[in-house]
Amino acid sequence: MAATIEDKLFLNRFNVDKTSHLQIIDGKVCMEDCREQPCLYICPANVYKLERNRISVNYEGCLECGSCRIGCPHLNIDWRFPTGGFGIRHKFG
Amino acid sequence: MKESFEVAIVGAGPAGISAACKLADHGVTPIVFERGEFPGAKNTSGGVLYGHDLERIIPDFTDRKCPVERNIVESRLWYLNKNGGYSLSYRDTVFKNNRRHNIFTIGRAKFDRWFAGQASRKGAIVVCGTVVTDLLRDKNGKVTGVRTDRVDGDIEADVVLLADGINSPLAAKTGFRPEPSPEHVALAVKEVIELPEKAIQERFNVEEQDGVTIDILGDITCGMNGVAVIYTNRKSLSLCIGANLADFSANRIKPYEMMENFKDHPMVAPLIKGGKSIEYMAHWLAEGGYDHIPELCGDGYLIAGDSAMLFNALHREGSNLAMISGAFAAETILEARQNKDFSKQSLNGYVRRLENSFILKDLKKYRRFNMFLQKHREIFTTLPEGFSFAAREMLTVDGVPKKEKQKIIWRNLRKNHSLTDLLCLCWDALRSV
Repeated sequence: MAATIEDKLFLNRFNVDKTSHLQIIDGKVCMEDCREQPCLYICPANVYKLERNRISVNYEGCLECGSCRIGCPHLNIDWRFPTGGFGIRHKFG
Repeated sequence: MKESFEVAIVGAGPAGISAACKLADHGVTPIVFERGEFPGAKNTSGGVLYGHDLERIIPDFTDRKCPVERNIVESRLWYLNKNGGYSLSYRDTVFKNNRRHNIFTIGRAKFDRWFAGQASRKGAIVVCGTVVTDLLRDKNGKVTGVRTDRVDGDIEADVVLLADGINSPLAAKTGFRPEPSPEHVALAVKEVIELPEKAIQERFNVEEQDGVTIDILGDITCGMNGVAVIYTNRKSLSLCIGANLADFSANRIKPYEMMENFKDHPMVAPLIKGGKSIEYMAHWLAEGGYDHIPELCGDGYLIAGDSAMLFNALHREGSNLAMISGAFAAETILEARQNKDFSKQSLNGYVRRLENSFILKDLKKYRRFNMFLQKHREIFTTLPEGFSFAAREMLTVDGVPKKEKQKIIWRNLRKNHSLTDLLCLCWDALRSV
C-alpha cells in the first residue's frame, strides 16, 4: 500500500517550535481571490489544507523548502526559517 | 562572544565550510552561522560528491574518516515509460582502482557535520542553532556584519560570505539575490530507504564499498520537466524525484504522490523491495542556469554555492561547485585583506576566479539546457511511449518482417511528432549541450 504523506512525515525528526514560522498574510485573499490555491498541491509536506472557510497551516511538518513562499500567486505567505535549532533535523540528509 | 570578526559566513554547508577551511588555513578565524542544530541538520542533496574537488579543501579526506557511503563504479541512465524503459550504463574498473573516490555517495547530515568538524579543527568558529535574519550595513550600503536571531545577536565583520543555500529569505530580504520565480527552481523530494548491505551489493551487482548511480528521465515525472535518481549508500538507497516548481503548480501534482508512483515503477520496485523508508525530505534545485546567476559580490559581501545559483543540472554538480566557489571566495577575501579593502572592486577577483574556472565555463556552455527541456515537453510526455513502442516492436518475435516493423514504428512516432518536430528536437538538443 502506498505510503501517505502522514506516514512519510512520521519518519522525520522535528524539533517543533511553539509558534509557526509560516503565516498566511491575508486569509481573505486565499478564499476570495486565489482560484488556483497551488499551496494545496505543491507543498511536499501537505502543510496547507483546505478547511471549510479557510486554509489551515500545519507548520509542524514543514520541510523548509520554501516552495509555498514563491509558489503562492499572491505572495500571501509570510515565510521565515524556524528559530535557530528548531524545525526539521535530518538524520541522513 | 567577541562581537567583531574579520569574516562572517552565513551557512555551514559545503560553500561556507570550504571558505572557512581555507581562511583558517591562512590564520584568519571566521565565524560561521548555521541555523540547524548541527551542520547538515537542514541539508540534503541527491547525494554524490566528487573527490577531486573535496581534495582541494581537505587533501587527505580519506585518512580523516570522511563519511563516504559508496565509491561509484557505475553510472546508469534510464529513460522510462509506464511499463519499463531503456537503460544505458557505464562501468569501469578505473573508478574502482586508479580513480577511487572520483564520485562517491554521502549523506549530508553526516558529511556536513564531519566537514564542519574539519574547519573547527583548523580554527574556524562554527555557531549552530542560529539564524542570520538580516545584514548590517553602513550609510553607504556596505555590508558591515550580520544580525542573528539570538539576543544581542549583531556581529560585525569586515566582510560577509553568503552561503546560506538556494532557499534564502535573507538574500530576498536584502535584495542581494532576487527571489527565484517558480520557473527557475525545481522542487525535489527525497526518500532514504534502508536495506541490508548485502542486498544492495546483489541488486546492483557491486562489491562491498562500491556503488551505482542511476539518473532517470521519462514519464515518471507525469509530463513535467523533471528528473529522478537512485543512488546507492552503504546501507540504504537515496531516491529523489523532482520537477520544475511552476510545472507542479500548473499540473496540480503532489510531490509525495509522484514519489509513491516512482517507487511502484516496475524498474524501481524490485530494487527497493523489502526496504524500510527512514527519512523524507524536500529541497530546491537551481534551474535558471548561467543567465540567472546574481551579482556575485558587492561592497562587503560575496555569494557562493547554491545561494549564487551555481548548479549544473546536466552533470548533477552542485555541492562541488559550492566547495570550489567557497574556496575562491576565501582566496579573494585573503587578497582583499592584505589591501584592507573589501569594496566591490576589491572583491571582484572572486568573479574572475569563477569565470576562469570550470564553474562558469560549464554553466555558460549549458546555458540553453534548461530552456531546451522546457521547450521540448515531448521528452516527458509522448516520447517515452514512442521510443518504448519501437523497442517493444523490434524485440517481439512474431513473424512480421523487420522492414514492416520499422514502418509501423515510424508511423507510430509520427502520430504525435511531425518530422520537423523531431528534427527541431535533435537540433535544439545538440545546441543545448
